[in-house]
Amino acid sequence: MAKRVSASNVTAYYGGFKAIENINLTVEPKTVTALIGPSGCGKSTFLRSINRMHEVLPGARVEGSLTIDDQDIYDRDVDVTAVRRTIGMVFQRPNPFPTMSIFENVVAGLKLNGVRKKSILEDAAEKALRAANLWGEVKDRLGKPGAGLSGGQQQRLCIARTIAVEPQVVLMDEPCSALDPISTLAIEDLMFQLKDKFTIIIVTHNMQQAARVSDRTAFFSIEKTGDPGRLIEYDNTQKIFSNPSVKKTEDYITGRFG
Amino acid sequence: MTTTATSHRTRPPAQPDSLRAKRLPWYAAPAIAVAALALSAVLVYGTSIGGPVLVVVLGAILYLVGLFAAANAVEGRRSARNRTWSALIHSAFVLAVLPLVSVVWTLVSKGADRLDVNFFQTSMNNIGARDANGGAYHAIVGTLEQVGIATLITVPLGVLCAIYIVEYGRGKFAFAIRFFVDVMTGIPSIVSGLFVLAFWVLIVSPWFNDGRPSFSGFAAALALSVLMLPTIVRSTEEMLRLVPAPLREGAYALGVPKWKTILRVVLPTALPGIVTGVMLAIARAAGETAPVLLVAGGGAAINTNPFENNQSSLSLFVYQQAGDASKYAPARAWTAALTLVALVLILTIAAKLLARRNRLSR
Repeated sequence: MAKRVSASNVTAYYGGFKAIENINLTVEPKTVTALIGPSGCGKSTFLRSINRMHEVLPGARVEGSLTIDDQDIYDRDVDVTAVRRTIGMVFQRPNPFPTMSIFENVVAGLKLNGVRKKSILEDAAEKALRAANLWGEVKDRLGKPGAGLSGGQQQRLCIARTIAVEPQVVLMDEPCSALDPISTLAIEDLMFQLKDKFTIIIVTHNMQQAARVSDRTAFFSIEKTGDPGRLIEYDNTQKIFSNPSVKKTEDYITGRFG
Repeated sequence: MTTTATSHRTRPPAQPDSLRAKRLPWYAAPAIAVAALALSAVLVYGTSIGGPVLVVVLGAILYLVGLFAAANAVEGRRSARNRTWSALIHSAFVLAVLPLVSVVWTLVSKGADRLDVNFFQTSMNNIGARDANGGAYHAIVGTLEQVGIATLITVPLGVLCAIYIVEYGRGKFAFAIRFFVDVMTGIPSIVSGLFVLAFWVLIVSPWFNDGRPSFSGFAAALALSVLMLPTIVRSTEEMLRLVPAPLREGAYALGVPKWKTILRVVLPTALPGIVTGVMLAIARAAGETAPVLLVAGGGAAINTNPFENNQSSLSLFVYQQAGDASKYAPARAWTAALTLVALVLILTIAAKLLARRNRLSR
């Protein structure tokens, strides 16, 4: 199920602006990798280029190569929708579809991709909601609007929606930044469980969170505003947080910069 | 505490000793209103310079001045301003609603005379100047068919055009389309009627009609389409732009293709607003007289076929009856006008009910 993600010389632009430059890193299957770094250093841009969401914005493009188990997702004959089905994404702000019920939200990815059989959808919904630790809270109101849930529940609904299509890699762009500590804990627990099946890459501003949930950590930074973001250090989380090999990483982690 | 925030002032504002302040009693405002009206009546009738309208207008001004003075004396300046502006805003609301109420009242009171079964079952065929009956059945049929066909043409076209502009259009071509849609918004209805007359009635319709040009309800529908299209495109465009980008991205991230995202996520989210825009366009089209007169020709008889021969419409019926010499005609015109307004109202309510977030909005 889970796949290896490997980036080599990935450079991403917004029009004329170079947001990240020459990113090289490999994410092993069934691990959690945290991307940390100051605001504007290109973590999210890099994350979005992994499932080709970067190019959704007008003028945005990516150079270099990004492979999923040796398939370059930026090859000319690659189907973008297939890439995104393989690499799911959870966003910073929960974004359930407002016109759909909880049930419809969870199975949206399946339904909109042509799965019609009710029994399959119901099984998939229950499985995904259980995996997202939301089943107990919503099982009696699956027909109610998804937008009526609390923020933390909405975010878990979005995670359920993402894993319902059974991707191999799950990208999370600051999934807890809009949530309270209890919901954050629920989602962190969830990441531990999901690690058995998926490769997870998470962008976070919360160092403790990175230290708690991730196996490996990548530190991104920029020289100054307007410069492209670069990967400064990428290592086991324990090493990064106890004995980083680059001075800049240590400064950032200890709070002396950024 | 507050000194840091207000340090740019020469001195910090005095902190009130108490959070309570003097308030005008509840009966002050109505009392001032009554006094203002009374004073105004005395002034107007005493000097006999005007009638009841002037009394109300002058009374309103006196009320505002009196209210400000009283509040200023008792409650202080901020509160006085608040009361005055609140009163002004309420007056603006009353002024805006007044014409609406007046129109509805006029329509209902004058239209009630002929609001009978006969009016909705008969046409004006063979109705002479001395016949008291006669009805608008043919006109109602005409309006429904013409506006219906125009809606069938413009809603898909307009919504697709808006989708192109918002979701796909890049560069000069999309800009040009937007520009011409804006230009179309300003087309006078008579010009759209002339366009259809010159293009459809005179050039195209002879092909279907043994070489003779023919008026038809369909030609009227085409002219109405020209008028409805820009309204629908612009309102749909605005509504689509209001759909948050994260919703689209959420669908893309599930591997949903763009066209399906638009169809199943973006359009449903924008639907209530789109329906409102469509209803505005329909209401405008239903009230158009000039293009129908030019290309459908009007007529007194019932013609349920929109593709052949003259057809009337409710607004055209109103126009013709209002200008008719028969003493029974004005009553028919009023009832037709009432019917037209009621028809648009019913359509609007029905559309709103349908578009309401079905079971989810509960």
